[in-house]
Amino acid sequence: MFYLITWFILWGVLWAVYFMLDGFDLGVGILYPFLGKDEAKRTAIRASIGPVWDGNEVWLITAGGATFAAFPSAYATLFSELYLAMLLILFGLIIRGVSLEFRGKGEAPGWRRLWDAGFFVGSLVPAFLFGVAFGNLFRGLPIDAQGSHGSLLTLLTPYALLTGVLFVTLFVTHGLLWLAMKSGAGLGETALRRARPAWLFSAVVAVGFLVWSALGTRLAGNYLDRPIWLAVPLLGVASLILIRVFVSKNRPLAAFLASCATIVFMVFTGFVGLFPNLIPSRLDPESSLTIFNAASSPYTLKVMTVVAVIFVPIVIAYQAWVYRVFRGKPSGTY
Amino acid sequence: MSVLALSRLQFGVTAAFHFIFVPLTLGLSLLVAWMETRYVRTGDELYLRMARFWGRLFLINFALGVVTGITLEFQFGMNWAAYSRYVGDIFGVPLAIEATAAFFLESVFIGLWAFGWGKVSKKVHLLAIWLVAIASTLSAFWILMANGWMQRPVGFVLRNGRAELSDLGAFLTNSAGWVTFAHTTLSGYVLGALFVMGVSAHHLLRRSQVPFFRTSFRMAAVFGLVSAVLVAAVGDQNGVMVAERQPAKLAALESFWESRSNAPFTIFLWPDPKNEKNAFEFLSIPSGLSLMAFHRAGAEVKGLREFQPGERPPVLPVFLGFRIMVGLGIVFIILTFLGWRKGRRGRLESSPAYLKILLYGIPLPYIAVQAGWLVTEVGRQPWIVYGVMKTSEGLSGSLQPGQVIASLVGFTIIYGLLAAVDIYLLARYSRANPEEIQLGAGQEPRKAEA
Repeated sequence: MFYLITWFILWGVLWAVYFMLDGFDLGVGILYPFLGKDEAKRTAIRASIGPVWDGNEVWLITAGGATFAAFPSAYATLFSELYLAMLLILFGLIIRGVSLEFRGKGEAPGWRRLWDAGFFVGSLVPAFLFGVAFGNLFRGLPIDAQGSHGSLLTLLTPYALLTGVLFVTLFVTHGLLWLAMKSGAGLGETALRRARPAWLFSAVVAVGFLVWSALGTRLAGNYLDRPIWLAVPLLGVASLILIRVFVSKNRPLAAFLASCATIVFMVFTGFVGLFPNLIPSRLDPESSLTIFNAASSPYTLKVMTVVAVIFVPIVIAYQAWVYRVFRGKPSGTY
Repeated sequence: MSVLALSRLQFGVTAAFHFIFVPLTLGLSLLVAWMETRYVRTGDELYLRMARFWGRLFLINFALGVVTGITLEFQFGMNWAAYSRYVGDIFGVPLAIEATAAFFLESVFIGLWAFGWGKVSKKVHLLAIWLVAIASTLSAFWILMANGWMQRPVGFVLRNGRAELSDLGAFLTNSAGWVTFAHTTLSGYVLGALFVMGVSAHHLLRRSQVPFFRTSFRMAAVFGLVSAVLVAAVGDQNGVMVAERQPAKLAALESFWESRSNAPFTIFLWPDPKNEKNAFEFLSIPSGLSLMAFHRAGAEVKGLREFQPGERPPVLPVFLGFRIMVGLGIVFIILTFLGWRKGRRGRLESSPAYLKILLYGIPLPYIAVQAGWLVTEVGRQPWIVYGVMKTSEGLSGSLQPGQVIASLVGFTIIYGLLAAVDIYLLARYSRANPEEIQLGAGQEPRKAEA
């Protein structure tokens, strides 16, 4: 039981940290065509995430690997059920990664336009589809004892689409604050200014998401049973409000950190509602995959706990150190 | 085609494509780390320029390795859900450890290395590339332990309707995993070395930047020679293991049909699987196969006819793959040996024919490593986990043929285009004058702080 709960928490943490970190560089990619009006600005935008995006993305690989090791049935069901969505996410991330690497390797305008477009599309598609995927997760997948009853179209429910929009808008706000923090006068000021309407839009969508989650999904159950957990969505809302406060005070670093907290608490809000489900069934609660019926053996969970306890703090330490090395505004390119 | 055939093809395409980039990452990261080490030790700017020139090529290649690796992490769940459910308890473990303990290290420090010229001291910068190189090899270790378990499942029990990890020690000491790890990683080192030698040959043929490329060549030749000899030695061990544990694979490797002791090794033959024999055989070495496979002349080798047709791997690709891999492996030992000797005697520039072979031979190690994977993976068929689970049992239940066709076509198109761009960029930056194109140009490494 201890290991089951530990791994449920770790599972949530890995996804939350992934969205917190890759969230800003996906957001930066979505903003890229809109803020990158000239070559200097485009270079500055790419340079702002250059040294860190790769390490951010590894949280996704780790979340995937941890799901596989700790909850193999959930891993199997999740990614086979969400096959086409996952496929498009992979295509997006592949194109985005190579766009960032290839963009600077040629001078022809067509070459640059191509990889600029790849960076944008490869950021937007995963951001949106991760939202759609998690929307489906929160609402439940159409699975029962006979297996799957879903298709790509059944994934695109209004609630899932709203979650997709929520992810995009949170990431865009997150990206704006990152740029406000990481770029010089012109671009940074523009980003901070644009953060205001972006924040307003995020706030409206976030409130809509929370209300719909409470009324239209089974996520509310755990909160009604133990109201103490309402602290999680409340902290999410408080962090969201803090973003706006710090934007007004012209403090981009503080606003960015508040935005990190917002994303983490929003993801946690969903996970607290899910517990002990990993993948609820929206057809038949008996068919839901839970930490009890989808987990690995106690021995495997123990091994994985030891691995996580040793390596996750080390990873966080050196990743934080690299962020520190690249603190401030980027200067050169490579 | 069935969902099974399509999914297998897709896994083959995406894994093979990923493995175009991985071996160069393995080999080149160590060479670049060695170059930068010599710079930090001697202060000679030549080595700094070398680290930057080869590092640039390394980064282009690295990006593709990373993005194509993400696919593999999720494809088990997408296409092979039944497999993932059945073996995730054990197979998920090395994958999760790989991400946590190796891939993070690699990806975080590659960012520091690529963008950190001038941001950190020389020594810290050097540490970054060493961490990348070590993490790449560590990454290979965990992935190949996972693969080794599919070849030789150990340390598990069948319980609760699935394979569960029961003995981590047995899993971690799985000889199949270790041998595959050594063989694969070393072959990556050979590929990296031959890549550097081939590109250097291009420049040496044109007499451009001779000291730069002569030094690069000589470092790569030593590294390549040692690795190529070790690949062969480990490969021999691998053969003995296959002979003991996967007799059907061994028989397919040699297209060997009739069981017998003192089995001969036939140099030229062509398989005829339909009639369960060889179309022709020419030049046999008596007891050669028994000696190779069991290191004993009298050992009995099982022929393919011992196995039901449904229990045999496809013979032709396994047979050809093995011949190509072994033949090329021998060629690489000769090429790197010649390179090492000519380099020592200062005869590189006066050997244009040799240099041309190396230049146009750059694709050869790529062919060899792909052939090697073909042998291992196709040779394991019809099993996905040898003796435990058939490949056909591993598929996702929910998949529609249309979905897999869409993904297979998508991957093939995207990967095809990326491969074209990658080759174009590698060729372009390989031909560049190292004086002109450098990583972190204009940013001198910061002097070590007192």
